Amino acid sequence: MLEWWTYRLEDFLLFSPRVYWRMFELANAAFWPVHLLTLAAGLALVLLVLRRAHRHSLWVALVLAALFAFVGWSFLWSRYAVINWAIAYVAPAFGLQALLLLAIGGAQGGLAFDRQDIAGRLGLLLIAVGLVVYPLLPPLFGRPWVSAEVFGIAPDPTAIAALGVLLAASGGLVPLLFPIPLLWLLLSGLTLHVMGDPQAWLPLLAAGTTVAVLALRRIAR
Amino acid sequence: MIITRRTFVKAAAASGAALVLPGTAPGATPAPVMRAVPSSGEMLPAVGLGTWITFNVGDDPVLRDECAEVIAAFFAAGGRMIDSSPMYGSSQPVIGYGLEKLGRPEALFSAEKVWTSSAADGPAQIEQSHRFWGVPRFDLVQVHNLVGWEAHLETLFAMKADGRIRYVGITTSEGRRHDLFEQVMRAHPLDFVQLTYNIVDREAEERLLPLAAERGIAVIVNRPFQQGALTRQLQGEALPDWAAEIGAGTWAQVILKFIVSHPSVTVAIPATTRVDHVRENVMAATGALPDAAMRERMAAYVRNL
Repeated sequence: MLEWWTYRLEDFLLFSPRVYWRMFELANAAFWPVHLLTLAAGLALVLLVLRRAHRHSLWVALVLAALFAFVGWSFLWSRYAVINWAIAYVAPAFGLQALLLLAIGGAQGGLAFDRQDIAGRLGLLLIAVGLVVYPLLPPLFGRPWVSAEVFGIAPDPTAIAALGVLLAASGGLVPLLFPIPLLWLLLSGLTLHVMGDPQAWLPLLAAGTTVAVLALRRIAR
Repeated sequence: MIITRRTFVKAAAASGAALVLPGTAPGATPAPVMRAVPSSGEMLPAVGLGTWITFNVGDDPVLRDECAEVIAAFFAAGGRMIDSSPMYGSSQPVIGYGLEKLGRPEALFSAEKVWTSSAADGPAQIEQSHRFWGVPRFDLVQVHNLVGWEAHLETLFAMKADGRIRYVGITTSEGRRHDLFEQVMRAHPLDFVQLTYNIVDREAEERLLPLAAERGIAVIVNRPFQQGALTRQLQGEALPDWAAEIGAGTWAQVILKFIVSHPSVTVAIPATTRVDHVRENVMAATGALPDAAMRERMAAYVRNL
C-alpha cells in the first residue's frame, strides 16, 4: 500500500518543462499543415453556432467529435502518454467524449444553438480563446512560436473551445458533454502549476468560468 | 565570489589544472572513490547516475541524443551504476538508446526496479525492462518504494538464486515508510537498499544507515540534491573557505562529498541532463573526502544559511 498522503503534487510530475513544451514543437512539426484545417474547422464551428440553425447541430457535433478523437490519439496517446503513464488512462476519455458528441449530436434535439443569453456570449469568448489566443501565447511566456498550442492539435485549446461551443448549446443531454473537457483542463492546469508555468491559470480560469456559468444558469432556472 | 556549477565547470575546463587532483598525473582524469558492495566485495564508483525526470524525454530525437551524451560522459568519467524504474516514464528506453549508441559499455552496472502492486505482473515487468535497456540481465533489481514488496522479494531472491540477477534490493524516497523499511532490512538478506539522504535530509543517519552497516547492506542514495531544489537554494550563497579543503568547487560537490563520505553509503545517484554536471558529479567522488568533524561542520553551515 502506498501512503498517498505523504506525496506532494510535485511528486507526480515525471518530466521537465523542456520536455513538455518540446512535445508541442514535435507535434506541430509532425502535423503541419493540418493546423490550417483544424483552425478552419474551428471557424466553421463559430459560424454554425452563430447561425443557430437546428440542422447544423449534427455538423458541430461531428467536427468536435473528430477533433477530440484526433487529439486523444495523436497527442495524448501517441505522445503525452510516452512521458506520463497516467495519460494512457486519460486518452480514452477523449475517445469517449467523441462518442458522446456523436450520440448526443445525432439525437433528435440533442444539440441546439438557440441561446441568446450571456452564457452563449461567454461561450463565443471561450471559442475565441481556444482558436485565437492560444496560438499567440508562446512569445508571451518566453517560448518559441513552434511550441504553439493549436486548436484541434493540442488538448487545452480544443477543450476550451469545445466548452465554449457547449455553453452556447441547449439540450437535455448537453450536461453530459461538460465533465471530460472540464476535468482535462483541471488536470492540465495543475500540471502546469506544478511545473511552475505561469500559463497554468488559463486552463483553470476557462474551466472555472464554465463551471460558474453553469451554476448561475442553474440558479436562474 | 559566488561560484555556480556552470562557472566552475567552465573554469575547470579552461584551466585544465583544476581537474587535476593531488596524486593524479597531469591530463589524466582522476578516478572516483570506489566502495565495496558488502555482500560480494565488488567495487563500485561512489557516484552513479539517476534517471528520474531527466531521462524521461519520450521519443524526442534531440533530447535522446543529449541523454546519450550524458551517459557517454558518465562512463568516460569513470561512472558505472545507472538506476531507473518502470515508473520513470520513457527513461528505460532512453537508457537503452544511449547504451546502444555507445556500443553497450562493459562498465555498466544496471540498477532497475520492479514497480507494480500485482505479484503476478512482476516477472513480466522485469522482462519488459530488459527489453527497454537491451541487456540480458540486470545487476540489481529493487522493489520500488516497497510496492508489493513481500511477493516481489520472493521473486527477486528466486531470480538471484537462478543467476538471472546479481543483487536484490528495496527502495524508498524522501523518508517514506522508514519503519517498514527497517523491518524488511532486518528480516531479509538484502544486497542493497536505496533511500534519500543528503546534507539537510539526515533522518537515515539515525537508524537505517547504521543498520545497513550492521547487516552488510550496500546503500544507494537518491535525491541527493532534493531534485535540484537544494542546489538552486544554495546557488546564491558563496562557497565557504572549507570547501577547498575537501576539494569541492561547487555546492553540488559539497553536497555529494557530504553524502559519499558517510561510511555506510555505497553510491549516490544524482540525475542530470547536462554533460558538464555529470562530469562534475563524478568528480565529487575524487580526491579528499570530509572526515566526521568536517561533515558536522558542513551540515551546521548549510543549516544556518
